[in-house]
Amino acid sequence: MDAGGAGIDELRAQALAALAEADGAEARADWRAHWLGRGDGRLTLRLRALGDAPREERAALGKELNELKALLEREFGAREEDARTRAVAALSGEAAPDVTLPGRPWPAGRLHPVTQTLNDCVAVFAEMGFRTFEGPEVEWAAYNFDAVRIPEDHPARDMWDTIWIDTLIKGERRMLLRTHTSPNQIRAMERSEPPVRVIVPGKCYRQEATDATHEWMLTQLEGLAVDEGVRMSDLKGTLYAFARRLFGEDREIIFHHSYFPFVEPGVEMAIDCFLCRADGSACRTCHGTGWIEVLGAGMVHPEIIENAGYDSARHTGFAFGVGIERVAMLRWGIEDIRHFYQNDLRFLRQF
Amino acid sequence: MKLPRSWLRDYVEVDLEPAEFARRVTASIAEVEGWETIGADWDPALVRVAEVLAVEPHPNADRLRLATVEAGEGPRTVVCGAPNVAPGQKVAFAAGGATLIDGHTGRPARLKLRAIRGVESAGMVLSERELGLGDDHDGILVLPADARAGEPLVEAIGDVVFDVSTWANRADLLGVLGFAREVAAVTGKPLREPDRSHGDSGRGVGEFVSVAIEAPDLCRRFTASVIEGVEVGPSPPWMQQRLLRAGMRPINNVVDVTNYVMLETGQPLHAFDYDLVRGGELRPRRARPGERLTTLDGVERELDPETLVICDGGGPVGVAGIMGGGNSEVSATTATVLLEVANFHPGAIRRASTRLKLRSEASLRFEKGIGPELAPFAQARALHLLERVAGGRPAAGIADVFPDPAPAPRITLADARIEQVLGMAIDRAETRRIFAALGFGTEERAHACEVTPPFWRPDVTRADDLVEELIRVHGYERLPATALRGALPEAAPRPLEQVRERARQLSAGLGFQEIVSYTLTSAEELARVVPSDDDERSRPLAAANPVASQHALLRTSLRGSLLTAYAANRRHEEAALRLFEIGVEYLPVEADLPHERPVLCAALGGHRGGRWARPGPERLDFFDAKGAVEALLAALGVEAAFTPEEGHGLLPGHTAAISVAGEAVGVVARAHPEAAAAFGIDEPVFLFELWFEPLARALPERPDYAPPGRYPEVRRDLALIVPEATPASALLDLVRAHRSRGAVASVEVFDEYRGAGVPAGMKSLALAVRFRADDRTLGERDAARLEEGLLRRLERELGARRRG
Repeated sequence: MDAGGAGIDELRAQALAALAEADGAEARADWRAHWLGRGDGRLTLRLRALGDAPREERAALGKELNELKALLEREFGAREEDARTRAVAALSGEAAPDVTLPGRPWPAGRLHPVTQTLNDCVAVFAEMGFRTFEGPEVEWAAYNFDAVRIPEDHPARDMWDTIWIDTLIKGERRMLLRTHTSPNQIRAMERSEPPVRVIVPGKCYRQEATDATHEWMLTQLEGLAVDEGVRMSDLKGTLYAFARRLFGEDREIIFHHSYFPFVEPGVEMAIDCFLCRADGSACRTCHGTGWIEVLGAGMVHPEIIENAGYDSARHTGFAFGVGIERVAMLRWGIEDIRHFYQNDLRFLRQF
Repeated sequence: MKLPRSWLRDYVEVDLEPAEFARRVTASIAEVEGWETIGADWDPALVRVAEVLAVEPHPNADRLRLATVEAGEGPRTVVCGAPNVAPGQKVAFAAGGATLIDGHTGRPARLKLRAIRGVESAGMVLSERELGLGDDHDGILVLPADARAGEPLVEAIGDVVFDVSTWANRADLLGVLGFAREVAAVTGKPLREPDRSHGDSGRGVGEFVSVAIEAPDLCRRFTASVIEGVEVGPSPPWMQQRLLRAGMRPINNVVDVTNYVMLETGQPLHAFDYDLVRGGELRPRRARPGERLTTLDGVERELDPETLVICDGGGPVGVAGIMGGGNSEVSATTATVLLEVANFHPGAIRRASTRLKLRSEASLRFEKGIGPELAPFAQARALHLLERVAGGRPAAGIADVFPDPAPAPRITLADARIEQVLGMAIDRAETRRIFAALGFGTEERAHACEVTPPFWRPDVTRADDLVEELIRVHGYERLPATALRGALPEAAPRPLEQVRERARQLSAGLGFQEIVSYTLTSAEELARVVPSDDDERSRPLAAANPVASQHALLRTSLRGSLLTAYAANRRHEEAALRLFEIGVEYLPVEADLPHERPVLCAALGGHRGGRWARPGPERLDFFDAKGAVEALLAALGVEAAFTPEEGHGLLPGHTAAISVAGEAVGVVARAHPEAAAAFGIDEPVFLFELWFEPLARALPERPDYAPPGRYPEVRRDLALIVPEATPASALLDLVRAHRSRGAVASVEVFDEYRGAGVPAGMKSLALAVRFRADDRTLGERDAARLEEGLLRRLERELGARRRG
């Protein structure tokens, strides 16, 4: 009798011994094909040959063979399971990396901190229905000054040191680098009828010496809302929302009296100092006053409303202008405004 | 402006601590930028006022004297070296142990008493320097006569000097009195006006002087007074002390009175030596062409007909409202003073002082606008003071030419307007109180108020100006915070800004760091990236007054900015650099504002990142730059075509124009090594530029969409031999456009090869072609026939052969 005719016990012993010796996935697959293969596995052949057995033994033999088949499949499954478990254990054991080693360098790009801050500011106002609008950086003196009530012989011109463009038009210097985004109040009102609700971001320029808090190129965000029923209390509410979103939900704001020729009344807005919380220390940011000046604002001067062709008896408006670098400096504790445009990655990568 | 609290207290009670005072003033009046406390270091027990009772020579030293002083504890003897100590003076006295500024080291030190040349000294009589008040160390500080012997010095002359920044339209705030009026309104205290009473000699001023305005458009009012018998000398200590604290140098009693009254009222005054005024006449008129005058600062100035000059019978004696002439200056020998108090057109003063490049305390006040009614007030106040500090008797009356007095404006302020502007009401009692305190006249109407602003507030012309007066004094803290109401404006589409902002986000996402550079550059930097024959870009707009020579020109290209930043960062960065900036090119337009053309410019280069801290061996190359462009444009929903191109500062053969749907939208290139070297870059560096205007035009409204294919693709790899000059894009375009048997093909290049096995003048390109049909699964036979058909076309049209 060949192996195929071996006794069940012998068969079991051979199969289990072979399984015990089958090392590795391939050997186990071979073992499975040899014993349990669908076509010519030894056990399969024996089951298939069952019909040849004497009729009276057939049932008992069939039962034994099927039990053996079930046993081998179980044993095989257990070996497979065991192998998988050990492989995974090896992966997380000796094959595991030192996860504290640095990752593979990935090119990381970021937006400039001024862009990030500007985007955050724009988002706050956009939620309140302000549309974004942009105007030219090289501007007519007529827009930058005269149209916003700063005539040539008025001392208010001293509030903005101007970089002029050295091009004469009809014998006069008429172009300049805008000193503020306020001329866009005029441009926005020229383009449409009330309601006007716009924000105007952009670069501005000042002819001045630079130091830790002064830079000759700067980024401003101008805001303008003109309609029937726009009140100074709305300005306060709008700026509250801005201050709290940018500097923390518990911020308080106050208005100080101020003067800008294009607004009446005119104010300076300050936020309570979130650094020293007015604890009386020699705070570098608020100079111990407990308040940090953030932006200039006010109600649009009725003359400007009228010049836009609106009816100043019906239409009122507010305007504000915020320096984005200043906001960025406050929120991140940046000590020197001159960092922004040096393009040093050691600075830029921190935001 | 320096605002001494002691001076302010002449007109209004100030009992707030400096910090609280500063807060209230800043909230409602003007910005307090800081303050300086005078006398904080003076120990009240040890540093006191003393009266000098007697002065005797020191027995053992010629240059020292013994002063007997009374400082509240009986007469004491003090050794004193000062030449100016004299009986009857009130002086500052320090007892032993007081902390003073050491006259030699300039540092605080404790006073130790010792015998000087054999005489014990009970203390020290102090100079300005020892008190930290100034540098004067030659003589002792003489105190105002009303100081009381024995009183702590800090109580006698201690002070707080506020540094206040006022507004460009408020000349009245440049006077202590004007400031005090505001403080009174804000704190609810009464205002006391200064004494303006004076006597007169009985001789009418007309006997001395005649006044005529020859340019009434520039000179609105001109007043003159005369005071005879003055004795020019130093002004009294109290006056000198105030001038110094307000930041002005004492000159002599006559000039000091003019400065004092200017600082007090905001009205500039000018004193002439009457005997030097030729013909006893003053005529403000336009300067004649070429006319010259040497002003008090010793500079000879050429005048022009737009400048108003004050002339006497012989010619100019002063530039009106700006500075007097040296030819009629008050001096030690002056016996009769002619006092000019005038009012000039603010704009004319500003224009003249700008032309002359001469700003003075007077011009700074006139240019802001002063009410003409202030002139007689200042005249009277000055005569009052001159009588007291310089002796003399004023002539009776004031010569006053005021050709065109404007009636006081009346402004109607409707109650409704207050609420319309502010969003809150202010009740009548409060508005009455505020207007009265600020000097505004009011007449009540039903639902309105007729308001007459005082002459010192020419800035107030409209109802909304009055609303500001009310709310700032009432207090902005009472203004509620409300939300905007009403309809929202329509949102206009902004395709250009949209694609620009999307590109900004994508660039950062692709690993590029955003930079922002100064937009003004130098001719030298611009010439490295802009060809001289480019009419638009090589003739940039220039700043007339740049902040620095390297920022003189408005950039017409961003490439220089990127390469500059690249070079600067390369100095401290080992790894690959990927930088981008979004900005505008300022392209000049004849007789108009420039075209501000929005672009994105990026620079990249350096060693690709390795596993560890050190960069790997492989460098970024052209295809990294191009890959970034492709990824960016693909994310924007467009497919770009690249064609060889040349450009200034770009390396020929390594430069491609980028186009979308036939529109040129940018360029990608390796920077020319020489251009890079000019920026200090000695490694391959790559640039790309995207132009948002054509890009926005070329963008589809929405991306082309097709559902993912239902049937699988069949991939065939083709190795082709083509002439070296055949661009890969020709093969790719052909394959992509190929249609056969209802199937389409997509294709990628996976290798390019030249060398062994490839004939000279040829190159091998390996393509992975994927065939796909929309209606069936392609079988092997389909694929083989499609491949054959495609190969035949590639051979026929491009001379491509299958590599054997």
